[in-house]
Amino acid sequence: MSFKPVKKSRVGEGMIHIVLFLCGILSVFTTLGIVAVLIIETYEFFREVSIFEFLTDTQWTPLFADKHFGILPLVSGTFLTSFIAILVAMPIGLLSAIYLSEYASQNIRKTIKPILEILAGIPTVVYGYFALLFVTPLLQVFIPSLSGFNALGPGIVMGMMIIPMVSSLSEDAMYAVPQSLREGAYALGSSKLQVALRVVFPAAFSGIAASLLLAVSRAIGETMIVAIASGQQPRLTLNPLVAVETMTAYIVQVSLGDTPTGTIEFKTIFAVGMMLFISTLILNLLSQWLRERFREQYE
Amino acid sequence: MIMGDKKNGSVAFEIKDLNCWYGNRQALQKISLSISEKQITAIIGPSGCGKSTFIRCLNRINDLIAGFRTSGQVLFKGQDIYDRAMDPIEIRFRIGMGFQKPNPFPKSIYDNVAYGPRLWGVRKGTELDGIVEQSLKKAVLWDEVKDKLHDSALALSGGQQQRLCIARALAVEPEVLLLDEPCSALDPIATARIEELLLGLKKNYTIVIVTHNMQQAARVSDFTGFFLLGDLIEFGETKQLFTYPRDRRTEDYITGRFG
Amino acid sequence: MKPTHLEIQRMLTDSQWREQLFKMTALVMLSIALLTLAVLLIDAFVDGVGRLRWSFLTNFPSRKPEQAGILSALVGTVYMMILTGLFAFPVGVGAAIYLEEYAKHHWFSRIIELNIANLAGVPSIIYGLLGLEVFVRAMGFDRSLLSGSLTMALLVLPIIIISSREAIRTVSPSIREASYALGASRWQTIRNQVLPLAFPGILTGSILAFSRAIGEAAPLITIGALTYIAFLPDSLLAPFTALPIQIFNWVSRPQKGFHANAAAAIIVLLVVLILMNALAVYLRQRYQKRLSL
Repeated sequence: MSFKPVKKSRVGEGMIHIVLFLCGILSVFTTLGIVAVLIIETYEFFREVSIFEFLTDTQWTPLFADKHFGILPLVSGTFLTSFIAILVAMPIGLLSAIYLSEYASQNIRKTIKPILEILAGIPTVVYGYFALLFVTPLLQVFIPSLSGFNALGPGIVMGMMIIPMVSSLSEDAMYAVPQSLREGAYALGSSKLQVALRVVFPAAFSGIAASLLLAVSRAIGETMIVAIASGQQPRLTLNPLVAVETMTAYIVQVSLGDTPTGTIEFKTIFAVGMMLFISTLILNLLSQWLRERFREQYE
Repeated sequence: MIMGDKKNGSVAFEIKDLNCWYGNRQALQKISLSISEKQITAIIGPSGCGKSTFIRCLNRINDLIAGFRTSGQVLFKGQDIYDRAMDPIEIRFRIGMGFQKPNPFPKSIYDNVAYGPRLWGVRKGTELDGIVEQSLKKAVLWDEVKDKLHDSALALSGGQQQRLCIARALAVEPEVLLLDEPCSALDPIATARIEELLLGLKKNYTIVIVTHNMQQAARVSDFTGFFLLGDLIEFGETKQLFTYPRDRRTEDYITGRFG
Repeated sequence: MKPTHLEIQRMLTDSQWREQLFKMTALVMLSIALLTLAVLLIDAFVDGVGRLRWSFLTNFPSRKPEQAGILSALVGTVYMMILTGLFAFPVGVGAAIYLEEYAKHHWFSRIIELNIANLAGVPSIIYGLLGLEVFVRAMGFDRSLLSGSLTMALLVLPIIIISSREAIRTVSPSIREASYALGASRWQTIRNQVLPLAFPGILTGSILAFSRAIGEAAPLITIGALTYIAFLPDSLLAPFTALPIQIFNWVSRPQKGFHANAAAAIIVLLVVLILMNALAVYLRQRYQKRLSL
């Protein structure tokens, strides 16, 4: 039962309604803007470069005399760094989440959660500094063949950055699992670990998977850490010890240079941007879908 | 307080001066009674009288609640389950429980029933299949689900889910089955089936059932205990308690003057 | 079938051992995360504290690391945040009010909701590309403070909307009903009842959104914020730089001297962030105390 408001000054109220509506709609325009900009410039790009070359050529050298426009090296750079990031964030994030959700007392939870959130709040340039000037030199002590710019250092640091995403969201998912399920499992003679791993974790799985997808999406879209510490050498490789270039770092590279607008070199940043946008969009949508399914289960 | 009739067989539980507290609030006061083996004992009383708390003490599932403590003894077949050396997990292998609202795991019917045996490391398919089938038969659910064992347990009706939870508890081969208001979330037909099931199970299991439905207690149980505000007011053979209650309060409750 | 008493005992000891192992591992993992955070902060501090003096804050960048300072970057950041706030705050709160008070169960509101959730997940550099095309080129604002703040405004808008909506949602419906029952119009109810109650939450959410924006470099680099600016922006259309960009610039130089500068600038940036977050927490507590009278 809700009360309907009395319409006082019709004109005034109406205008306010319109203004607020416009505010709401601005976000739609932002999305349309992004899509339009990417589509238009990518279309222009593909009038000069074939999609086939873009997707299959193994070299990316638009800024050199011998121009190749194969995006695979940039994709492999992004993939390599993000993969390392998720390899770091997944065990730490998930184990922390299970511990905080099923083992830790309220006091521990209340202190540790905000501290973990700090990891997410540190500006990425700071992480970039840390990756280039601390982590890489440290790793070089153990891996002498590690080059100054590489995928391993920034990958690990990115992993640290996305840990709170994995741990917080997974923990929320596990927290939402009803206590009655746990009691049922305990009543059958389960230990705490068995309850956590055999009942709670599987029950929260779609929520947990959603958090992992979101974290990967975040790693893929990360710019400054890799721009600072990964290098600017597009290279189709799975070797984490050498310099690579990610899609995001390439866009930075061109933006910093004096590439004139309107040229094909300039348009490459939109083609790369489109690739980036589509990948993160797919991951985000999948993550949202999984989270919806999870919410349905525990309405 | 009044003890159960030991002449009808051995004693499963001997409870002596059990007190318990949730933090500072005392929920049970000096409860003493005996629960006979292979009989159905009903625990009745108005809301908030402590009957759920009591039954949950019998398998130490209350241990999960922060701030919960007990004093006194709960002897199961002569051993105090609250002894410091006792691992609650071991207790729960022998004393099973069914809950008020059915709580099947979001897994298949098969995996729900197989959960307990898998905890012991039973892995062989044929052995597990056998246990699952037997348990579902004991819970009178086998015929209804034998063709869809790998479907989700959540697709079953309320009554079926409750029988599934009972099958799940039976798969662990307990000696006792504790049931906390197992029919309160079910319709009359499902309720009747569960009551029938319990009468059948009584031959092999000691059953303790909490119920707010007095007619159910009268229909199904051999012994009844009446709780009020954390005290055990009266305990005895069901026929006796319902026809000639010894305490005025018991009589008032049974005749519906309160509760 | 059912294990014997001895087998059960063995199972229990095994299981206890496994529990301990798990707890150890989880705690080790947590410690790694927390330790890394600590090491990072200490490293930046150690590297940069030597450079921190008043001249660092008041000098412009220079080719000599010892003489370089963050004045232009700091001022640029401040101007930019003010402008971003001017654009994003009213629009963000307005959108939140619209979605919560005017269009709550409309299908349209659901679309906007989905849209905003997606925008929150778009990499920040894409916003840079958007700003480049729309503000810098199409609208002709060139690589200026104006383009930068508008781009950043679009970036933080989804976050402000989401947190403001949450704040508005915490206002109990009975307050609205009481207001309507007394004859107030929708806007009067919002302005006099809902907003004052939701304000602390809105404010804290916005401060946190801006504290994220302060650390962003990628979109600004894309729209052309320059990395070497030795003057202060004198108009909305002037070129500018920002603290994170200055840090990026110095980190990218090979000379160690500039690395120390970068670390010092990082300290300044982190201090600003700590202050902003502390402000947000303080405001939230202060308003909560007032409201729970």
